[in-house]
Amino acid sequence: MLKFITKRFFWSMVTLFTILILLFLLLQFLPGTPFNDEKLSEASKALLNAKYGLDQPFFSRFYIYMKNILTEFDFGISLSIQRNWMVKNIVLPRLGISVRIGLQALALGTGMGVLFGVVSASNKNTWLDTMATVVAIIGVSIPSYVFALLLSYTFGYKLPFFSIIFDFSDPIKSSILPTIALSMFVMAQVTRFLRTELIEVLGSDYIRLVEAKGVNRFKVIARHGLRNALISVITILGPLTVTLLTGSLVVEKVYAVPGIGSLLVNAILTNDYNVIVMIAFVYSALYITMNLVVDILYGIIDPRIRVAKGA
Amino acid sequence: METNQILEVKNLQLSFRLDAGVNHVIRDISFNLFKGETLAIVGESGSGKSVTTKAILGLIDDNGAVEEGSILFRLRENDKEEIVDLLHQSKSYMQKHIRGRKIAIIFQDPMTSLDPTMTIGKQIMESMLEHKLVKSKQEAKDRTKVLLELVGIDHPEKRMKQYPHQLSGGMRQRVVIAIALACEPDLLIADEPTTALDVTIQSQILELIKDIQKKTGVAIIFITHDLGVVANVADRVAVMYAGKLVEEGLAEEIYYNPKHPYTWGLLSSIPSMDSKEEEIESIPGSPPNLINPPKGDAFAYRSNYALAIDFEEIPPFFKISETHSVASWLYHPMAPKVEMPEVLQKRLAKYRTQKEV
Amino acid sequence: MREYRKEEFKRLEMREYAQQEMLLGEDPKFFRDAFRRFKRNKGAHVALYMIILILTLAAFGPYFGGHVYNEVITTHINLPPRVPFLENFGLFNGLRMGENIYLKKGFDDLYYWFGTDGLGRDLWARVWMGTRISFLVAFVAVIIDVLFGITYGLVSGYFGGKVDLFMQRFVEIISGIPNLVVVILLVLVLKPGLQSIIFALMITGWISMSRVVRSQVLKLKEFEFVLAARTLGANSFTIILKEMLPNIIGQIIVMTMFSIPNAIFYESFLAFVGLGLQPPLASLGVLISTGYQSLLIYPHMVIFPVVVLSILMLSFNLVADGLRDAFDPKMKGF
Repeated sequence: MLKFITKRFFWSMVTLFTILILLFLLLQFLPGTPFNDEKLSEASKALLNAKYGLDQPFFSRFYIYMKNILTEFDFGISLSIQRNWMVKNIVLPRLGISVRIGLQALALGTGMGVLFGVVSASNKNTWLDTMATVVAIIGVSIPSYVFALLLSYTFGYKLPFFSIIFDFSDPIKSSILPTIALSMFVMAQVTRFLRTELIEVLGSDYIRLVEAKGVNRFKVIARHGLRNALISVITILGPLTVTLLTGSLVVEKVYAVPGIGSLLVNAILTNDYNVIVMIAFVYSALYITMNLVVDILYGIIDPRIRVAKGA
Repeated sequence: METNQILEVKNLQLSFRLDAGVNHVIRDISFNLFKGETLAIVGESGSGKSVTTKAILGLIDDNGAVEEGSILFRLRENDKEEIVDLLHQSKSYMQKHIRGRKIAIIFQDPMTSLDPTMTIGKQIMESMLEHKLVKSKQEAKDRTKVLLELVGIDHPEKRMKQYPHQLSGGMRQRVVIAIALACEPDLLIADEPTTALDVTIQSQILELIKDIQKKTGVAIIFITHDLGVVANVADRVAVMYAGKLVEEGLAEEIYYNPKHPYTWGLLSSIPSMDSKEEEIESIPGSPPNLINPPKGDAFAYRSNYALAIDFEEIPPFFKISETHSVASWLYHPMAPKVEMPEVLQKRLAKYRTQKEV
Repeated sequence: MREYRKEEFKRLEMREYAQQEMLLGEDPKFFRDAFRRFKRNKGAHVALYMIILILTLAAFGPYFGGHVYNEVITTHINLPPRVPFLENFGLFNGLRMGENIYLKKGFDDLYYWFGTDGLGRDLWARVWMGTRISFLVAFVAVIIDVLFGITYGLVSGYFGGKVDLFMQRFVEIISGIPNLVVVILLVLVLKPGLQSIIFALMITGWISMSRVVRSQVLKLKEFEFVLAARTLGANSFTIILKEMLPNIIGQIIVMTMFSIPNAIFYESFLAFVGLGLQPPLASLGVLISTGYQSLLIYPHMVIFPVVVLSILMLSFNLVADGLRDAFDPKMKGF
């Protein structure tokens, strides 16, 4: 098990490093430099050059760039959003709210998805199943910003239970609508996936044997069916993270949530490349971490992997 | 029902609704089972033998329907005996009082019959706890240990904590048998319990089943497609074809004096160590589609011994002896006399001499 | 008991009895069965008609509204939707805040079915033009990524060994980067526009297709008919083309159908975050992202493109689901 984790960790690091290299190369193609700013004094120019080596040849620039990131997590300075601020000081403070809303949506969506999936699979081909399937396909099809717009129009404007945009004085209540909007896709995917998976498990030989033992239906589903089906559901948590990130961009924009999603949209609109690059890196790191966690979790939960890998 | 009988299946008819039509899987079968005996039900796949056992356990899928018949079971509880018709009990009654408790089953493939995410100890204890046969977890554990020893598994303490994938196929089948015996059932259904196993393991499992019957006196229905497998295990044999019984008798009668052409075919197709290649004959064709069952005797269409009437009317049972009966027009007084194929005669003669030696 | 006659017990020669043979592999009936299963799926069926309807409207709709999609008429700005006949039933009646804007402005005989935008352009024509662009982006991107994904998966799975190992490592690293990041950065570098958006969607879209094709090829490779063809001296290209492709075509179709709504979604998403098509081109996504800014005052500007987009996405997903169930009831929902 330890060897397995080490190996996975190693490859995650390789991927992350590759991403850093790609991001650096990308920056070379983008027109943004702090020197676009005409008001910049000679002194600060010199300071920037000393820190980021912008006047150096390609390879030293690469070396300095990597060093800054790996030692200080420094992705340079902002070009437009908060000019001449260090990017990390803009991005990191906004990370918390985004991660919180993302995790809330993940928890809510997964919870609902498991509920719907179980109801659907254990009542296969009944009206309950049809209902859950319809809800799930709507959730998969309709983009999260449409849900966001719909929710803010109905519950923020027509029936003003919540504020339309994020209210700093009440961050918990303000995060309810964004969380719901984001969770729809998660809910739908988990429902669909769990339904197929659970139907397959419930048709398997070992479930037949459990039934033949005279175990009651509820326990058959909860203790044997769900446990086995959920193991596979863990595998879609990785891909779901990406959709959550994607969704967070638009949902944060719609509700003006002060997170990194809305910051990225802002950075795109104002061509603040260093901010974009840092957020791209943070997103990749989140995704890779999630995949790593999923793999390890899978190893822990599934005895076939756990025991084989010699825990 | 006679007092020494534990199960009686009467005129069972069962069908499944499919996309293509109604599949008449079981077309009027009757048989009975005595206490402590082993009945082998033999037939090709699709003959309806597995469905019969599912009907006994009340595990027919939703698209299946019992059209007629009854399955009477002698239920002993706290020294009281009553006879219940398993076909007319509620799902929850079957689950609480019958399945796993009075009637247990062993499935064909031990590789897929066990929950991969649960230790085998827990899987064995599950039905004892469910049916409240034990007062505490500790008692369940102790009983599980005894059961594992009974089915020939060493180091039961250690094995109980293991997961199915850590055990070999033969071991897993022993575990499945232990699960079946957990509540000391009165009837054990073994649905092709050795088909998925290696030949050497097969005989070990067969020995084990025989041994268990000796120790516990449980009645066994042994389902198989291979007459060779049950030769040493079965007391009586019922041969099934296309949803009907075609021949039924004591094991000796079926093995040494088979009467139905289908039984002849089955016996001829058993490969034996000393028979030469050309003596093994398979039955031509495949079983009929039961969505539109053929008219008359379904086997006539694959038989070398077909009579004109076979294509018109379903044959009734003709009694050969008190215990042996066969459903074939060949035994009608007006039918021409036929003998089983010569190859088979020789083969059976050899068996007989082997046995006498 | 009836009387039996002697001749009824006459022995007969073994009858030729038409046995149903179990056919191995996927016979021609496979597609017919799949088609029948698909036809029985009502949701997928209706969805297919919806797609055809929207396609038709995208093709011909802009010419039926009576207005041109890019004609700026400053006096006609921000008009709510108004449709003749329907207006008598309280729908599409040109009202806003209980007041008929058309009559107020003196346009008694003017009808904009979906209303107009902030520049006085006809939204009916713009929505269908936008649908056309969204379709274009999705189809081109999907066709290219499907072709590339199939090729990649076939090569990787068929040749196996080191080729496979190398190609799969590459896929592993690539798929370690979230699509979102790749798409945003690519469009940023290439400047937002039709080509760059198509390119970005293509780059990210092929991976799942290549995975499915590879796993199918790995499975098929061991099948007898492929081994037989190889023994008979068929070359790799012929085997891939003649023996393998026909067997995985079902899954390819299903995957393709899932890719289309995904591409439509990504296009609209990019528009929403400010990386969409540049004027004069307008896709559904562009219409939504401009319309949403005035959601509270002029909801009609965002409602129509959102409804069309949602129906489109829903229909494609339903059809894809239907096809999946029809071709391979066991294929996992992902």
